[in-house]
Amino acid sequence: MLSTFLDALTLQAGYNAALVAVGATLLGVAGGCAGCFLFLRKRTLVSDAVAHATLPGVCIAFILMVFLGGDGRNLVGLLIGSAATAGLGLLTVDWITRKTRLSEDAAIGAVLSVFFGLGVVLLTVIQTLSHGKQAGLEGFLLGSTAGMLFQDAVIIAVGGAVSTAIILVLRRPMTLVAFDPEYAGATGVPVRFIDIAMMSVVMMVTVVGLKLVGLILIVSSLIIPSVSARFWTDRSDRLLVIAAATGGLAGYLGTAVSATAPNLPTGPIIVLVNFAFFSISMLLSPKRGVLAAFLRHRKFQVDVHLHQGLTSLARGEAIREPLTRKMMRSAGYIREDLVATGKGRAAAAKTVLDEARWAKARQIIQDEAIFASYDGLTPIEAVLTRDQIRDIDAALGAPAPLVSPAGG
Amino acid sequence: MTTNTLPALELAASDGHTGDMNRDTGLAASALAVRGLTVSYGTKPAVFSIDATVPKASMTAIVGPNGAGKSTFLKAVLGIIPRLSGAAYVDGKPLETMRRAIAYVPQRASVDWDFPTRVRDVVTMGQFRSLGLLGFIRPAHRKKTLECLERVGMADFADRQIGQLSGGQQQRVFLARALAQDAGLYLLDEPFAGVDAATEKAIIDVLKGLKAEGKTVVCVHHDLATVSDYFDHVLMLNIRKIAEGPVTTTFTGPMLQETYGGRLATTHIDQLKLD
Repeated sequence: MLSTFLDALTLQAGYNAALVAVGATLLGVAGGCAGCFLFLRKRTLVSDAVAHATLPGVCIAFILMVFLGGDGRNLVGLLIGSAATAGLGLLTVDWITRKTRLSEDAAIGAVLSVFFGLGVVLLTVIQTLSHGKQAGLEGFLLGSTAGMLFQDAVIIAVGGAVSTAIILVLRRPMTLVAFDPEYAGATGVPVRFIDIAMMSVVMMVTVVGLKLVGLILIVSSLIIPSVSARFWTDRSDRLLVIAAATGGLAGYLGTAVSATAPNLPTGPIIVLVNFAFFSISMLLSPKRGVLAAFLRHRKFQVDVHLHQGLTSLARGEAIREPLTRKMMRSAGYIREDLVATGKGRAAAAKTVLDEARWAKARQIIQDEAIFASYDGLTPIEAVLTRDQIRDIDAALGAPAPLVSPAGG
Repeated sequence: MTTNTLPALELAASDGHTGDMNRDTGLAASALAVRGLTVSYGTKPAVFSIDATVPKASMTAIVGPNGAGKSTFLKAVLGIIPRLSGAAYVDGKPLETMRRAIAYVPQRASVDWDFPTRVRDVVTMGQFRSLGLLGFIRPAHRKKTLECLERVGMADFADRQIGQLSGGQQQRVFLARALAQDAGLYLLDEPFAGVDAATEKAIIDVLKGLKAEGKTVVCVHHDLATVSDYFDHVLMLNIRKIAEGPVTTTFTGPMLQETYGGRLATTHIDQLKLD
């Protein structure tokens, strides 16, 4: 069944390209899912330490297999080796963080460089072995797709499916632990176990992705999709779906792009496609994007002018600033001859009432957070609850605002 | 007041709750009982050898000066931070077996407010335990979420990202999440810290409602002026337990003096509404 599925995906580029495309897509989905909780738990860099710590394991596994008389390039053997040292690296980071006063970033820096350094030394040793010349272990550094076998795709598929399944089953406790570990612990969620499960999934994705993307760049497949997804949603469940989708799409498109010319490196191109998604998200996201922020600023400017204009209306003063006049006209608050419309008078009354409410709110609500976020223009109903507003109105006394019908 | 625990019980309790609990008459009759609780960072105890008994359907305040270990005590009771010794019992049974019956409201500062989650999602977290790992969120769960938000006056804010709320509103959402757990024992860490008056009233109304339903409420509380109004039982801590009992008989000038040492001027104590 898998082979027919693969055949269906063989668009034009042949068997090997199809294997790579499927593998990269599955890896992208798994990486997006696993990276999502890593991102939410604010431990993204641990994955980099884990990835770099795979190198000595790959080398040790190769040396062992050669000395035992086998083929040093057996992928399953190499991946088991990489998982072993990756796990050791992970435990070391955890141990240093818990047993000493060093922070996690210091532990990550130490583990990452030491394990990677050891791996490079072992790699050099392997070069001097008779079998070592054609070992091709350098491919694990940046990934290589040239000789991708069916078996390799199966390993990625199985590893990706298992890790994604674990994420789906544990998504609720993982969300809880990422958001509020103390509350999670209090309700009986085994916080440490959940953290270990999360890191194990990350390790699994890293190990199965080694051959394709390489240990230096695998971290991007874990982190960038969820960072991109964060621009599009304020909900963690959707974050997971979007991260998985963009990760998978980046894998698929990256493979397609790298197939367009000979010798284009697949792994780095997947990273670049991921970065393209990130750039688009950062610029165009309607909520958190750069463009949206710019437009919000422009709207704020308009709101400030309208607020000024309405305050003038309420006080019966003339609006002098031309820009304010223009905006008041286009909002329908004043006529061409600067006389207030009915709509303008109502809006002016509301402005004055809200100003009075805010002034009272500052006296009776001792909550710095409200006033820190108060921009002077947001409707009070959007910031305070009904009972809070009721309190304020009660404190204000007469519900009618002090507005004289404003003329031009 | 509690019966003093015997050393034998403390040993047995820390040995895996196999002790003869019948000897401790306060245990089964209490909503929460703590025996011989010590927490220490290094060799400096943060709370030391505390026995405490919270009566059922009471509202209990935990008071004490800054650094007295109030929050540490609560967290250690819940097992969020490791205990050096001691055990906690809910309805006479080891707390670890009774987590379903406990709702905890942590301090607001403990979470990242930019986390991608909406108000209703946070309240739904209170139902995760009953949902299990794979259970679908059904209309009944959504209804429950909104009901809990309604009780704290936050239903209009259900679809906001939590970072867009004010401090008091965030506290109300945390309380709504605890309500969604349908627990019998509510443990709150400084629920009134840094909230506005309307929120304080909303929270105390909910808590008094819980007590009226026969549930037990325990708050770490910092405002001595409101202890007599809000609570009927008090636990006074300063690393060690200074006193516990009904507010009317325990929350007295001499006890406050002992709890706070020189940090509380006698004029301040006189201003408190003490009986």
